Amino acid sequence: MTALEPQIARDGPDLTGAELHARLTRTWSRERGFWGWLSSIDHKEIGRRYIVTAFVFLSLGGALALIMRAQLARPESGLISADRYNQIFTMHGTTMMFLFAVPVMEAMAIYILPLMLGTRNIAFPRLNAFSYWMYLFGGLLLWVSFVLNVGPDAGWFSYTPLSGPEYSPGKRVDIWAQMVTFTEIAALCVAVELVATILKQRAPGMTLARMPLFAWSILVVALMIIFSMPAIAMASGFLLSDRLVGTHFYNPAEGGDPLLWQHMFWFFGHPEVYIIFLPAAGFISELTQAFSGRRAFGYTAIVLSMTATGLLAFGLWVHHMFATGLPRLGYAFYTAASMTVSIPTGVQIFCWIATIWLGRPRFQVPMLWVIGFLVTFVIGGLTGVMLASVPLDLQLHDTFFVVAHFHYVLIGGAVFPLLGAITYWFPKATGRLMSETWGKVSFALTFIGFHVTFLPMHLTGMLGMPRRVYTYPAGMGWDTLNMVSSIGAFVLALGTVIFVINAVFSLRNGLASNANPWNAPGLEWATSSPPPTYNFAHVPIVSSHTPMWDEGANMPVMSGLRVDARETLLTSAIDAIPSVREPSPIPSIWPLIAGIATAICFIWSMFTPWALVIGAVPAAAALIVWFWPKDNVVHAEPEVD
Amino acid sequence: MRKLAPALLAFPLAACGGRQSMLGADGLDGGLFANLFTIFLVVTAVFYVLVIVGLIWALARRREGAEPAVRTALFVWIGLISVTLVGLTFASWFADRTMNRAPAKAPLTVELTAHQWWWDVRYSHADPANSLRTSNELHLPAGVPVRVILKSSDVIHSFWIPNISGKQDLIPGRVNDIFIRPTRIGLYRGQCAEFCGLQHAHMAFDVTVESRADFEKWWARSLQPALAPSTPLQKAGYEYVTSRECSTCHSILGTPAGGQVAPDLTHFASRRSIGAGTYPMSTGHLYAWIADPQGAKPGNKMPVIGLEPKDLHAVVAYVGSLK
Repeated sequence: MTALEPQIARDGPDLTGAELHARLTRTWSRERGFWGWLSSIDHKEIGRRYIVTAFVFLSLGGALALIMRAQLARPESGLISADRYNQIFTMHGTTMMFLFAVPVMEAMAIYILPLMLGTRNIAFPRLNAFSYWMYLFGGLLLWVSFVLNVGPDAGWFSYTPLSGPEYSPGKRVDIWAQMVTFTEIAALCVAVELVATILKQRAPGMTLARMPLFAWSILVVALMIIFSMPAIAMASGFLLSDRLVGTHFYNPAEGGDPLLWQHMFWFFGHPEVYIIFLPAAGFISELTQAFSGRRAFGYTAIVLSMTATGLLAFGLWVHHMFATGLPRLGYAFYTAASMTVSIPTGVQIFCWIATIWLGRPRFQVPMLWVIGFLVTFVIGGLTGVMLASVPLDLQLHDTFFVVAHFHYVLIGGAVFPLLGAITYWFPKATGRLMSETWGKVSFALTFIGFHVTFLPMHLTGMLGMPRRVYTYPAGMGWDTLNMVSSIGAFVLALGTVIFVINAVFSLRNGLASNANPWNAPGLEWATSSPPPTYNFAHVPIVSSHTPMWDEGANMPVMSGLRVDARETLLTSAIDAIPSVREPSPIPSIWPLIAGIATAICFIWSMFTPWALVIGAVPAAAALIVWFWPKDNVVHAEPEVD
Repeated sequence: MRKLAPALLAFPLAACGGRQSMLGADGLDGGLFANLFTIFLVVTAVFYVLVIVGLIWALARRREGAEPAVRTALFVWIGLISVTLVGLTFASWFADRTMNRAPAKAPLTVELTAHQWWWDVRYSHADPANSLRTSNELHLPAGVPVRVILKSSDVIHSFWIPNISGKQDLIPGRVNDIFIRPTRIGLYRGQCAEFCGLQHAHMAFDVTVESRADFEKWWARSLQPALAPSTPLQKAGYEYVTSRECSTCHSILGTPAGGQVAPDLTHFASRRSIGAGTYPMSTGHLYAWIADPQGAKPGNKMPVIGLEPKDLHAVVAYVGSLK
């Protein structure tokens, strides 16, 4: 290579070790200081920001849950008013679904995927920065409004016509709908980056058939986001238009239809559940493999299962609408489709257990979360089978039974794996291990608190308690069950608080970690902990599913990427054969400025439609500067000390 | 199986399965539900036990195993799940068909219109003179299939009497209906099951399932105009109710009060609750409700009038006499 272009420095046999590190660091690092921080486009930095922000929203949403549980602990409680309660349960659902669950899964992928795939940065890193700002501004919009007592109060599902202009006057629902716009833009940006990264930036030799299972789960999820988000974009766009411009998409008096909203909302809303669950399944696949000390059993079966789940997810939204009076024969299709999901899920559960069975499990904290996940999630899956049945659903629908069901699926099925995954990758990101003892304490409290909270809710629902009520009369047989749930909620909260404190404390005081503290198989463990800004000095070459186990320190590498400018290696989509050296952008403040301009345009548009016309100008200007063509002149590389 | 179902479901809770419980099986659909739920519960419990046993075995074994055997087991597992799902789908399908079969004739039709946050109830009869209007209560003859026509005047609500049958939404711009078949005489409670705004929590109704004779007696009595006030206090109350704010919204059959936008009060005092299940019916609660309708159910459409004490006593005395 050097012979062809002698003036360009590239990594290779004559440029390795400390000198290569120093020069790559210079090329890939950003300006120091606040300005540099705002301009950062490093996937690790953006990923960390995303994760921390998502956990802030988790804490806020969790605090709301505790307020609700305090209110429901006793019948006829006067702790909070009906209006406040309705805002709180709407904020809880909205925050958890739009601002925590989906973003945190994407955030984990943003951080860990480029490392797993052996590349230097995510695809479209500036878009990545932009997506974070959009997410942050959407979250701030919602929460600032809530603090100012204009929080949305029509539920996270915002059924029309309740959320329409006649029954929800004021700005509350506008804020909800516009927050959805922010988060869907953020999610779509990230989805595109992840698909591109997975398909084009895998290390040479990492064919699709050898790709880590987590990468597979993210590929499926990113495609699901791309196909499902437009439905909610259109739904919330129609809603805003009904509310602000005076259209009648959902107004039955003018030929609109309130059920149109439900179809479009759930066409997005049901895939959303799998968008949250599948990355968690990806975590579980990685964790069982690492802590069983053997390759995941049934790799192909797991990949097919995840793909099948992703496809089926689009064919069962009507099971949220069994009580709406749609044709009965049609319901049968959705019952069958909903039940079918248990086949791929059952296959994955089998494969995880088989991996443990075939290997030698190590009971470190991440593995405890895996066990907690299996014990808990399977219950949620099985109650899901019950809810797929029309006659059962017509009773159980909109009761606390459903509340129990989806918390088993979302907390047991997604939060438990997430906490396990964070414990697992924490040393990679920070260079320090989280405390094992406090990890066990937080696991135990979270696990016990969870079941004490949500197991009784199955009964509360069957005894007739509907969801979304701010109070209930005494003597219905719900009093004790609710009290138990409320006590459990505080134990659960204590467990998660200890988890967070453990993480924060371990940042400074945790045991120092080497590059591969768990003796795990993935490529992300090949680089130092924490990774350098450029991730890998040389692009690794992969020849198996578990490269660190099979090759470890002797992993072959490929050289030839520029050292004086940012470059990533692109490989072919299926076989990962190297094809192109692709320039990677340098840090820029313009994603932030474009984000601010877009945010002003969106927020202003809640007050006048003209904002879309006038507000689009600065947004377009920011995008023009952002995308202004760069010259390709090779600048002299600064001297290295 | 009919007998077995409640027995299996009898955790500690059949005892506390009260007037708003799915476990009551007090209607034909309720019984089918209990059977179907029992089937699902047993089957899913078996699968849960299988998974947990497998997990414990896997965790305890701690040595390498042979992959081919496990691969065979995977196919068995997939087969087992698939066959079970087909079975459950058919069980669900047949239960659904049975529940949904329209009765040969439904001698009784009730039209229910949901409002934020109360239920307007109309019993229709071939002879319009025999049709009647009430609110926030249903009287049903045991053993008679009833067709309930469901409408909404504002947002989406959901009709649900857990003891008797599943839910059906009331959607503005649409007319839904549901057949319910109460089988056991008793007092039950229904509640709106779709979030419908501020006071969704206080949108219940009382259900009385009674013998056919009692039901007909109730119907006949409900057709009667309101009782005339007898004491001086009731008369003062009558004067106030029929000439002041109350009659703008409420109607009382046989009096000048003819408002149609609020619950009918003709036989108000014979109901079991006030404010769509907000308070139980009692003189004390009647005072509380009329003095400050926004107290226990803030946001509902009944305004605080600020009655003078003497008017309050009179109105409560009169309304409380409307048996």
